[in-house]
Amino acid sequence: MSALLVVAGLLGAWEAYADSGATSSFVLPAPHEIAVALWNDAGLLAANLAPTAVEVGLGILLALLLGFTLAVAIHLSAIVRRALYPLAVGSQAIPIAVIAPLLVFWWGFGVFPKLVVIVLICFFPVLVTTVDGLAAVDPDQLKLLRTLDASRWQAFRFAELPAALPAALSGARIALTVGVIGAYIAESQTVTSGSHAGLGHQINADLAAVQTPRAYAAAFVLFAFAIACFYVLSLAERRLAPWAPRRRSSPA
Amino acid sequence: MATELQTRPEPVAPSRTGDGISLESVSHAYRGPRGVVLPVLQDISLQAARDEVLGVVGPSGCGKTTLLELVCALQRPDVGAIRCPPAALMPQHDLLLPWFSALDNAGLALRFAGASRAQARRRAVEAFAQLGLAGFEEARPHELSGGMRQRVAFLRTLLSGKPLLCLDEPFGALDAITRSEMQDWLAHALLRQPHTVMLVTHDVEEAVLLADRIAVLSPRPGRVVEQLDVQIPRPRRRTDAQVVALRERALEALHAGARGERA
Repeated sequence: MSALLVVAGLLGAWEAYADSGATSSFVLPAPHEIAVALWNDAGLLAANLAPTAVEVGLGILLALLLGFTLAVAIHLSAIVRRALYPLAVGSQAIPIAVIAPLLVFWWGFGVFPKLVVIVLICFFPVLVTTVDGLAAVDPDQLKLLRTLDASRWQAFRFAELPAALPAALSGARIALTVGVIGAYIAESQTVTSGSHAGLGHQINADLAAVQTPRAYAAAFVLFAFAIACFYVLSLAERRLAPWAPRRRSSPA
Repeated sequence: MATELQTRPEPVAPSRTGDGISLESVSHAYRGPRGVVLPVLQDISLQAARDEVLGVVGPSGCGKTTLLELVCALQRPDVGAIRCPPAALMPQHDLLLPWFSALDNAGLALRFAGASRAQARRRAVEAFAQLGLAGFEEARPHELSGGMRQRVAFLRTLLSGKPLLCLDEPFGALDAITRSEMQDWLAHALLRQPHTVMLVTHDVEEAVLLADRIAVLSPRPGRVVEQLDVQIPRPRRRTDAQVVALRERALEALHAGARGERA
């Protein structure tokens, strides 16, 4: 409810500013122009949302898988930690534009190079939060489990893994929010074949053609999509880690 | 974990023969970072027979918890010999796993031993009623009172099937009323089902109510200041003259130890 009021206030101010003639519609379209573009081009926007949604969904899943697996390996092995953690940190400094041509050269114009870009951007928050979560288990807890004859694997499965889950899910939430912008970067940097190449691709094309209201409409769809994904993840979190105290971190 | 402590020369692992507890001239030092060596326990000799409760009282920081870790084979003593059967630890803070129900927490050791979840739950549920926990099988630890959590933790220790139970300030985190209730409860539980117990506490009264013999430790490095036999018939009440008298004796020994005298 309060979010709606904030949005209404911002939209009102935006509308007033755009209608005052301070800028032109090519630079900043008024909200009503964006609404018209949303309505008129709904079919096109939906067609372009589909590939972007697939990229984000698959990309986040793969990033979760990679981030979590790496975190477990780093937690269990000091050698892996020393070997891979610096590389993982360094991977976050790679400008995507540098490797994009190589990705396209290897894997072509399909969805795969975009997934690589999204995974590269999104696995890191999952990795860091999960490593910290795994390491945060009370040492006394592990001692206790040893006196109950828990093996290393059992201590991991019964104590460390569930303890790390809320942290991993926090990482997933960060990954999700950067995943949508990651999809835009991926689509901007790698060429796509086919008529509906994704919302990022469409935004760039519309901006080049001075179709600014439609670019804003596409950006609005991304905005709404990110919020929807965040809600879905919050629901998943309640099912996966129901023991975790309700934090005030979900958007609801 | 304790790996850095296990690489020291000539460690003597707890021997697993015999059902009582026997510590002979055990000394142990804590090795911290940058070569810090802090003597924690000094020349500790203790005995307890099978099904006896050995109370260990001492001021905070006298090495009581280290003593339990040695007995539980989580660390090896620098010097001396420990003979005791396999031990399970009940820590001061229950350390129940928040993602498991009370029942699943209680049966944890059974699952580590290879039992299925259903088998472990069947074994644990039998004991739940006896421990006054009926109806709370599916409750998560945070939904239980402090006293209930300690009972679940005690059951978890019991169901490990280890002949020796090591209780580390089991009721230290509880309020005074709950603590005295839990002391009565544990006294009854041990009367019904005798066990060899090593009870570490800073509460002298608790030791007198529950133990068959009491070792009083000095401040760090902990050494045995006095050993007391508690030949008071059970059930004991904290107002019994004998209980009060022995509590005073143990307290005096505790103070003498703190002043550095050997009684």
